Amino acid sequence: MLQVALRHRFPSASRAAGRDSSPRAANRDGFALDVAFEGLADGVTMLFGPSGCGKSTILAAVAGLLRPQHGRVALGGRVLLDTAAGTWLPPEQRRCGVVFQDARLFPHLSVATNLRYGLRRAPADATGPGFEEVVALLGLDDLLDRRPARLSGGEKQRVALGRALLSRPALLLMDEPLAALDGGRRAEVLPFLARLRDVARLPILYVTHALDEVDALADHLVLLQAGKVLAAGSVEALALRTDLPLAARRDAGAVLAASVVSHDLARGLTRLGFAGGHLLVPLRPEPPGSQARVRLRARDVAVATQQPQGLSTQNVLPAEVVGLGAAPTPHEAFVRLRIGPTEVLSRITRDSVERLALTPGMQVWAVLKAVTFDRG
Amino acid sequence: MTLSPEEWQAVVLSLSVAGRSVLLSLLPAIGMAWLLARGRFPGRTLLDACVHLPLVVPPVVVGWGLLMLFGIQGPIGGLLQSWFGVRLVFTTEGAALATAVMSFPLIVRAVRLSLEGLDAGYEAAAQTLGAGPLDRFLTITLPLMSPGILAGTVTAFAAGLGEFGAVITFASNIPGETQTLPLAIYSATQTPGGEWVAARLALVSFSLAIAGLLLAEVLSRRMQRLLGRV
Repeated sequence: MLQVALRHRFPSASRAAGRDSSPRAANRDGFALDVAFEGLADGVTMLFGPSGCGKSTILAAVAGLLRPQHGRVALGGRVLLDTAAGTWLPPEQRRCGVVFQDARLFPHLSVATNLRYGLRRAPADATGPGFEEVVALLGLDDLLDRRPARLSGGEKQRVALGRALLSRPALLLMDEPLAALDGGRRAEVLPFLARLRDVARLPILYVTHALDEVDALADHLVLLQAGKVLAAGSVEALALRTDLPLAARRDAGAVLAASVVSHDLARGLTRLGFAGGHLLVPLRPEPPGSQARVRLRARDVAVATQQPQGLSTQNVLPAEVVGLGAAPTPHEAFVRLRIGPTEVLSRITRDSVERLALTPGMQVWAVLKAVTFDRG
Repeated sequence: MTLSPEEWQAVVLSLSVAGRSVLLSLLPAIGMAWLLARGRFPGRTLLDACVHLPLVVPPVVVGWGLLMLFGIQGPIGGLLQSWFGVRLVFTTEGAALATAVMSFPLIVRAVRLSLEGLDAGYEAAAQTLGAGPLDRFLTITLPLMSPGILAGTVTAFAAGLGEFGAVITFASNIPGETQTLPLAIYSATQTPGGEWVAARLALVSFSLAIAGLLLAEVLSRRMQRLLGRV
């Protein structure tokens, strides 16, 4: 369990003058950070928010690269920082592996030496994947003799991931590791991140402002805005909150943990099970029994007051209306539906809400027009 | 063109004085550059100005200052004499000291520039990977600032070959002891019929300077490649 509580105010321009003239520091004039949240002991806790919301500052404070005015950071009972008790571990003793946005591979060392830099300095009793294993995991075999200057952006980030992982950290910190990459490179690195998450069995604190990274990697979300925590919780729970900025995204909707039940090769269908029922989707490559995270976009969920007949979609499930919420556009509304124990969202017009006279407690049918996969 | 034994002596002495001066000033200069680039303390600007004094004060004045401090009657020179029996004035060591003081700011400037141009993010990364302060300095900072150290060393050595005012004031003009190339050229021009000697030594000075510049260029390229910048 990672516990973070921080309060920090950056000095305003006049006081900061001459002390730190980096552009990043200049942007932070008078910025105040006041956050408290907990992260998962195993899995990805994602700090999500717009640029300038303080998420990278939090990461720097956890790593020890920034000294906050007030705060406490503890990782599984080990206190890294406690301003009240006067505890401050220097970064080299925190065992927080950091993957920086700009990779920061040492330019004068080969890829192999970069990878071993942290490994050689890790405590003798620290366990973790070995050199060969990490090289294989991240596909670095052909790069080992090269200098960082001769790597592509995506290759650099993969090496940076390996270097951080090989330092045998107790916590992995990722500061927008894909933000400096273009679309193609992102797609190249993202699967490696997912593999690393599955192999590392570590708490990972991941900072991003990109939704596709949230969908692909996050287990737990902390939403930040202007130096404050807006909401925190599981991805599934926060996806249902219509009052959060997340609801404004085009593909807003419920996120469900599902598992592959069976394949029907003749009909080209896969049956997924979730708490509340089954879904039929076009044939998936995953074997039966594997876990998946699916997204039921609110705009793909229709509501019927009678069991519909003659529909192309086979995913029609009995549901109960739980509540109604405002949608980002004035003529639309979110309808919260409960399918068994699972809640999903439907985004329909206000006119439809009135025509069907939807009220909480009403028994309806949820018509699922599409199911998308966040994570196979 | 051949050089007489006396002329050879001046060449070899020049190389030795310049070499020793660099050895003497290199480490303190790196420390000073570190202090000026990274240190945050009151009086830093004043210290910065003091370090640069030898560049702006007439060299003769620097030599005079050294004479006051390190002369046999001087506060430091007197102690060195009575405790260790070491005399700096009118010796090769004295010439090296005068040259070192003159070239000190040249090394500080070059090293400081490379330090200030160094992305502190690399050191932060090393820190998160478990490297303590000395470890970081030796494995990351020092290699990354080595082009600056090289540039400072070569410049200081080249300038040291030609140091005149401070050397002649502090260490005098003694053949075989303190008579370096520029001093020998000066003496030759003061001697009737010494034009050819002066010309030969001037040519040697010129060749040494060119060779030094070429060597610096080659080393710098090799170093950039080692640092992975090409």
